Amino acid sequence: MTTPTTLQTNKAGLTKNDYRGLPSTLCQGCGHNSIANQIITVCYDLDIVPEEIIKFSGIGCSSKSPAYFLNRSFGFNGLHGRMSSFATGAMFADTSLRAIGISGDGDTASIGMGGFKHLVRRNAPIVYIVENNGVYGLTKGQFSATAEKGLNLKHQGINQYMPVDICLEALASNATFVARSFAGDAKQVKELLKAALSHHGVAVLDIISPCVTFNNQDNTTHSYTWGKDHEAPLHDISFIPALDEIEIPGEFEEGTVREVSMHDGSTILLKKLEKDYDPTSRANAFQMLESAQQKDWLVTGLLYIDESKPTLTEAYNLVETPLNRLQDSDLRPAPETMDKINAMMF
Amino acid sequence: MSAKVINDFSITIATVNGSGSQTANVTLLRALFKMGIPVSGKNLFPSNIQGLPTWYTIRLSKDGFIARRDEQEVVVSLNPSSFSKDLASVQPGGAFFYADDIKFAINRSDIAIYPMPVKQIARTANVSPALRDYIANMVYVGVLAEMLGIEMETIKQALSFHFKGKAEAVESNFGTIKGGADWAAQNLKKSDPYSVARMDATSNYVMADGNTAAALGAVYGGLQFEAWYPITPASSLAEALNVYLPQFRKTSEGKQTYAVMQAEDELAAIGMAIGAGWGGLRSMTSTSGPGLSLMAEYAGLGYFAEVPVVVWDVQRIGPSTGLPTRTAQGDLSEVYSLSHGDKQNIILLPGSVQECFEFGWKALDLAATLQSPVFVLSDLDLGMNQWMTKPFEYPDVPLERGKVLWEDDLEKLSGIWSRYKDADGDGIAYRTVPGNKHHSAAWFGRGTGHDEEARYTEDSVSWESNMARLKKKYDTARTLVPKPVIKAGTGATIGIIAYGSSEPAVDEALAFLKNAEGPKFAYMRLRALPCTSEVQNFIQKYERIYIVEGNRDGQLRQILSAVLPDQAPKFRSACHSDGLPLTAKWVKEAILAQEK
Repeated sequence: MTTPTTLQTNKAGLTKNDYRGLPSTLCQGCGHNSIANQIITVCYDLDIVPEEIIKFSGIGCSSKSPAYFLNRSFGFNGLHGRMSSFATGAMFADTSLRAIGISGDGDTASIGMGGFKHLVRRNAPIVYIVENNGVYGLTKGQFSATAEKGLNLKHQGINQYMPVDICLEALASNATFVARSFAGDAKQVKELLKAALSHHGVAVLDIISPCVTFNNQDNTTHSYTWGKDHEAPLHDISFIPALDEIEIPGEFEEGTVREVSMHDGSTILLKKLEKDYDPTSRANAFQMLESAQQKDWLVTGLLYIDESKPTLTEAYNLVETPLNRLQDSDLRPAPETMDKINAMMF
Repeated sequence: MSAKVINDFSITIATVNGSGSQTANVTLLRALFKMGIPVSGKNLFPSNIQGLPTWYTIRLSKDGFIARRDEQEVVVSLNPSSFSKDLASVQPGGAFFYADDIKFAINRSDIAIYPMPVKQIARTANVSPALRDYIANMVYVGVLAEMLGIEMETIKQALSFHFKGKAEAVESNFGTIKGGADWAAQNLKKSDPYSVARMDATSNYVMADGNTAAALGAVYGGLQFEAWYPITPASSLAEALNVYLPQFRKTSEGKQTYAVMQAEDELAAIGMAIGAGWGGLRSMTSTSGPGLSLMAEYAGLGYFAEVPVVVWDVQRIGPSTGLPTRTAQGDLSEVYSLSHGDKQNIILLPGSVQECFEFGWKALDLAATLQSPVFVLSDLDLGMNQWMTKPFEYPDVPLERGKVLWEDDLEKLSGIWSRYKDADGDGIAYRTVPGNKHHSAAWFGRGTGHDEEARYTEDSVSWESNMARLKKKYDTARTLVPKPVIKAGTGATIGIIAYGSSEPAVDEALAFLKNAEGPKFAYMRLRALPCTSEVQNFIQKYERIYIVEGNRDGQLRQILSAVLPDQAPKFRSACHSDGLPLTAKWVKEAILAQEK
């Protein structure tokens, strides 16, 4: 006789299986799989009900990955570069839902740059993850807009152009949460995801997520090796959910930890590493990205945060009831208004 | 002077774009309408903010014909750059009014010539110098009022409507009109036969433009989300939503039951609208040809992922940027199969302002029922010009919400349902929308191949059966879209098919053909694609079918030839695509020329 094993559940009464997706069809070792797994873990850890998340993606390897987490969440895999617009419309349906968008560097920084920047400037409430590997995977190894100048790819030759820095683009578009991370740094990805899910507005996460098949040579800026060697974290980040008590571990010296209070009552703790970094200053963020580019660093962590701006949907003064649950009587003016309308015509 | 002509002529006013003449012209149109005279007004304007020539044509028709006419009996010229052309355009025996500061030789003795001291009269107006040029246009309103017999009281009503009752604006404009009228009374001697007289033929009508009507229809259709990008001639549709939604669709607490968003481009506008439609909102976008081209990829996604959305295409003449301020019916082919791969789209073709209202709500119902993009093809003439129209009618059926399953429904089904399964045999599957908390509610939508459970698949059998179901759904649409309007005609042997804003011209041509020698005609105004059974029956019934349309290539003829290949030899095209609204004379001649 075997003892029945009871699966562990979170405060939502769900097991980790309730957060999983379909088996991944991406390559073994793809950075994107690691990110999908962190999303599963984070949503489980934060006791998020999967039905209260909506997932979006565009086209590309990255955009396949929403199928590999949160099976019980609604999702839509749209058009190449057009996740931003689809998500923008869809988030009006029920503003109580939290949106996670997964895009790639081609999807966001090449074909979808315009839409991305407009979604950002509208402060659309979405966790916008760019799984950034500098290369087109599904079409087999062409340069993306984030590929570094001088990158040599098998069938493409040498890239002649400067790369797009997604974090810089987001900042320039007045993003209210900008972070960079590295799929090889699972712990940091996890904490940043938690913070992003609590953020009030658009949270752009540019995660260097190596493509093991087409762009993982040791000396290229989107590879595991390069990432490990060049990662320069801004801080040691941890996320404290709203209801938990904030305990600053004893070994931290005074003045070495920054607290960032989130709109929903949660807190981000940022432990100082070599230098103190204030992520509430946009100027700091610009400067940091500029110097990272100069010094060839992969700067990771929370680059910028502003919890005070209204989100896109808040700007609309919508009814409490989700719009998609409104009844006919809410949606069609009463018959007696027809005469009024006709009287308004000449 | 020949015999009097009352309420049966056209007036064209030639001005400079951006000079403010629009207010004067619409005032004239409305005043005539308020006198009970059937009228139509066509603004022929350039793609320009200021400086290029623009014309406004008002047709008065005691018989109720409101199509544009080419013949101009009364011409008003305020534009030196088009002066010679305008002078030449007056029908023999007509009247020519002009601003007397334009110094050109008048070389016609077969028409009445009336100089008007426009600047001199405008100078006496009690307005700031900045407004003087604008108000100068009111001088010709006054002169025409005096010379044609337009009642001053109806002019005042028109002004009051235009300036939303603002007494100061009404008075200053009316003062100038009065000044023009008084001057004409003292200084001009009537020597032309054209005049107006009160009738009672408009009391059951209102005046509106098609874009406003479309927006209002959507307001009553429960529109919840509109995304748009500015483009002539569609912008005023979305702008009308911004006027009427806040007035009629806020809760008593002032909360919005809708959202309108100006997108960054048309790619995004339709993307947002389709996102909202997938989310369960009654959703719409409005555009014109160039925007529509940008929307193609998303339109295909909407078709294939089966997302309800309404797309208004207020057509202008293309291809490319074309003539952005000129009308056409040239997008039919494009819309019919918009986006790559196999598909036919559902298209509604409103033929009047009242129908713009009706299809405004009906399109949202059809999209919800059919879980599909529904395109509505209006055009610049219908959308932007003022038309006399029957008052808008409250929808005669409740909102159609389509096959949407909520938590209770799923509970009853024990959570067993399939997103893309033809459960009812009509090709339309059930759907759930985000926010549904039932554990079986969620599905992952996509533009890629999917099975009945919405799972990704490249299986060829699944692909073909899904595409076959979509075709079946299109056949279901055939039974739901608006039926054509048919005027059979006694003894008719030949059919005429037209659609959209061609209606008044064809209607008038038909009245002529009815009384003329030769064959008798029946008329069908097509109001939607796919073709309902009535369309096929009509086509089969007649020896020959003339298809009248506002494009070069005979786009409807091409579509009907493909749909009914055995009937195709019967089809004859009557196509015009000069950017101007169709005239009855042209329709009549285009048909009779082929009947010889």
